[in-house]
Amino acid sequence: MSRPVLEIRGVTKSFGELQVLHGIDLVVHEHEAVALIGASGSGKSTLLRCVDLLEEIDDGDIFLDGEVITDPAVEPVAVRRRLGLVFQAYNLFPHLNVIDNVLLGIVQGHEVPRERALAVARELLARFGMDGREQDLPDRLSGGQQQRVAIARAFATRPRAMLLDEVTSALDPELVGEVLAAVRDLKAEGVTMLLATHEMGFAREVADKVGFLHEGRLVEVGPPEQVLSDPAQPVTQRFLRRLLAARRM
Amino acid sequence: MSTPDGTASGPLGPDRRAERAAARRARTLRHQGVALVSTLVVLGGLTLLVLTSPGWEVFKGSFFDAEVFSDSFPDILRAFWLDVRVFLIVELVVLVVGLVVALLRTIDAPALFPLRIVAIVYTDVFRGIPTILLVYMVGFGVPAIALGEAADGSRPLDWLPTEPVVLGGFALALSYSAYVAEVYRAGINSIHRGQRDAALAVGLTEGQALRHVIVPQAVRRIGPPLLNDFIALQKDVALIAIIGVTGEAFRQAQIETAATFNYTPLVAAAMLYLCITIPLARLLDHWELGGRAR
Repeated sequence: MSRPVLEIRGVTKSFGELQVLHGIDLVVHEHEAVALIGASGSGKSTLLRCVDLLEEIDDGDIFLDGEVITDPAVEPVAVRRRLGLVFQAYNLFPHLNVIDNVLLGIVQGHEVPRERALAVARELLARFGMDGREQDLPDRLSGGQQQRVAIARAFATRPRAMLLDEVTSALDPELVGEVLAAVRDLKAEGVTMLLATHEMGFAREVADKVGFLHEGRLVEVGPPEQVLSDPAQPVTQRFLRRLLAARRM
Repeated sequence: MSTPDGTASGPLGPDRRAERAAARRARTLRHQGVALVSTLVVLGGLTLLVLTSPGWEVFKGSFFDAEVFSDSFPDILRAFWLDVRVFLIVELVVLVVGLVVALLRTIDAPALFPLRIVAIVYTDVFRGIPTILLVYMVGFGVPAIALGEAADGSRPLDWLPTEPVVLGGFALALSYSAYVAEVYRAGINSIHRGQRDAALAVGLTEGQALRHVIVPQAVRRIGPPLLNDFIALQKDVALIAIIGVTGEAFRQAQIETAATFNYTPLVAAAMLYLCITIPLARLLDHWELGGRAR
């Protein structure tokens, strides 16, 4: 097995009285895609936000390439520059056009010269089928297009790991496919990723490992065929049964 | 009712499209007619009421005397140029200072804590004081400090400005920066948290996130309320007349009024203010409409 890129060790997080994560342990190895599944409110998004240091954890530690990143002495900006986070609601910058959305982080954050950054951004946008839309403002794009721009934006600096937070949940059903294709494309390139998803079929297809989160606890982790088809834990079985019933309706 | 091949049938006749268009035209005409008649009745009635009132001739003579108007207007117009310059300079200062104060209240860096307190006290106090009082305090207070003699007869603070127009502009800037800071702050707070998250996630620092993501969006959003404060400031420039700024439009109008015992010069000054504030107001409407359409 290749070396670990992300190691989450005993991570605990509360918002006031509400404990959202209870001692999460999870490892994501190089080139691996790990899918987090679970009901809304189970802590998937919070875990991803903790990894990107947008939330401060209460206990435990997170390691990136073997270095602890959750130590109070660590500069969060430098860590975030090594990770790429894509949000459920895209969160594109509405005042910037497509190309500037992708460029902002590369040019201002990573201080790559604009000319070189422009070449990178153009190439990435083309790769995700967004060529010709560089000058458009985000509100001229469909949800699927916005999310593809957001993926290009997060991936533009070649992060060590991509964190994908339910990237298709805000989309109309007919637009889900194009965004999943972009993620599949990243997976084919061997990009390390940790993704929260409601798309079980997709998790089965791209994930090397699936983790089931229930009320802030990582109840079960394993290969997709095991967790999704033959879960060991009763709560996972219940969750999947309910999901399946909902699909049939 | 319509048949599967799309042709209309039934008792309502074939040409429903033409019927609807005709009904719409008739409705529009009717509405325009009602609007015209009601306007004539209301405005005509009011005009008649004013023109037939017993005091109308006296009022007209005191406020709308054509001769006094043409005599005084050139001087007031010249004086108004000072108002415009003061307005423009103060507005620029207000835009910058307001933003700085708003940012100080927004950024929660511990090193900036004392400045944050200063910013909070500043906005609370200077929004709470009547602008006219502020103009008095600065206009008469600063010269008192500047010209105060120490025991040895020296004046250590005599470098402070004592020009009434500078002090008046300073007082206006103090007052309006406090208002505008709150407008900026409301704009900054109205930007969704996801924008800050996204900015940090692409590797920006908190400061870069403010500069490249939050503030540009906030400024676009607060255009209309900012313009509203511009209009108010433009009028309040007249306040600097009370600390002895000569050559200011309202002051000039007061002088002419005192010389002629006629209020027409004040009306002339009012017209000049309207020449600036009405276009600004229309611009504001246009801006808000555009904002809603977007």
